[in-house]
Amino acid sequence: MNGAHDMGGMHGFGPVEPEADEPVFHADWERRAFALTVAMGATGEWNIDMGRFARENRPPADYLSKSYYELWAAGTEQLLGERGLVSADEIAAGRALHPARPVKRVLAAADVARVLAHGAPTDRPATAPARFRAGDAVRARHINPPTHTRLPRYVRGHLGVIDAVRGCQVFPDSNVFGREDPRWLYTVRFDGRELWGADGDPTSTVSVDLWEPYLEPSR
Amino acid sequence: MDDAHVHDHDHGSELTDTQLRVRALETVLTEKGYIDPAALDLLIDTYETKIGPRNGARVVAKAWTDPGYRRWLMEDGSAAVESLGFAGRQGKHLIAVENTPQTHNLVVCTLCSCYPWPVLGLPPVWYKAAPYRSRAVIDPRGVLRDFGVELPPETAIRVWDSTAELRYMVVPMRPAGTEHLDEAQLAALVTRDSMIGTGLALAPQGAP
Repeated sequence: MNGAHDMGGMHGFGPVEPEADEPVFHADWERRAFALTVAMGATGEWNIDMGRFARENRPPADYLSKSYYELWAAGTEQLLGERGLVSADEIAAGRALHPARPVKRVLAAADVARVLAHGAPTDRPATAPARFRAGDAVRARHINPPTHTRLPRYVRGHLGVIDAVRGCQVFPDSNVFGREDPRWLYTVRFDGRELWGADGDPTSTVSVDLWEPYLEPSR
Repeated sequence: MDDAHVHDHDHGSELTDTQLRVRALETVLTEKGYIDPAALDLLIDTYETKIGPRNGARVVAKAWTDPGYRRWLMEDGSAAVESLGFAGRQGKHLIAVENTPQTHNLVVCTLCSCYPWPVLGLPPVWYKAAPYRSRAVIDPRGVLRDFGVELPPETAIRVWDSTAELRYMVVPMRPAGTEHLDEAQLAALVTRDSMIGTGLALAPQGAP
């Protein structure tokens, strides 16, 4: 979707403001929002792309007005509501009002270290040969899906070169609907002037990780 | 006195809407048996005290001192990093990119906040915020200036936008005058920002 989250190349947000000796969290509610989102992710009731879409699929003004962990909390609330796990009246009441339905897994304290160490690998066996090789010239497709995608707007329609073939990986655009549909993933390098025009920095390039359905050969 | 008293306490009436919603969420999830609050405590403790940029600094210092390890890191970042005990969530597919006098690398996630957790921990606020995400790809030199870094005009800048599940870490250049330092001393020169590409490794103490 062409949401506010897809902000590469936008102007007007001002300078980057690093904070000296920044703490990992800035408030206790951030700690809890972080941890409960990770723990609910571990239940298997949704996947990472559903999680991302729940955070980004909102009016741009709302997205931009929320802090990072506010977005996490809002996304988690949204997913819980959609799946009938927690309803709005329960959030308002601050306690459970309806019977729980069983979730696939509950992350126990004893399993935290193992689950974190295992991570969530997204590489999958290839079902077809890769269409492109390193060095191939490609064009990022000019598409505007209203649903979840990881093809940023600023590269759409632009020419790049395949830098590396990264294996077959879960495809976000279908994973958000519950189908992994693994596709070949490539790192594609774009020149600064190709992306930003004659005023672009000629000494800069941007490498973006793009799945095969996002690309077409350039001839 | 009264004012000081009031502000010393965490009054329910002063909680923001967000604080209340997150608290309500945790209570409901716990009552329904979907989460184990002790697991939440452990997750928080892990990323506040155990997993952070000191992990990545050890990787870089080892790469600076051990050419075999450096080669392995550049060829198979995940395996080389796992060999030091750093693995897992948000880092199963880790790629190390190396700064040279000719090329400077800068890592961003324009779409959200993708970041190599096993080696750097959780990202700082600026990394997740709009100014960095919007400008890193269109004006990398300007972003570097915000961090007080001015590169020679002829240095090429490679920006890496982490749009998939690959996670990038920068191996900064080893500072001059560090030949006599051991791995632990070198690791102390490797800042978090130098592994994102918004900074350089620190000069050793006493260096000009």
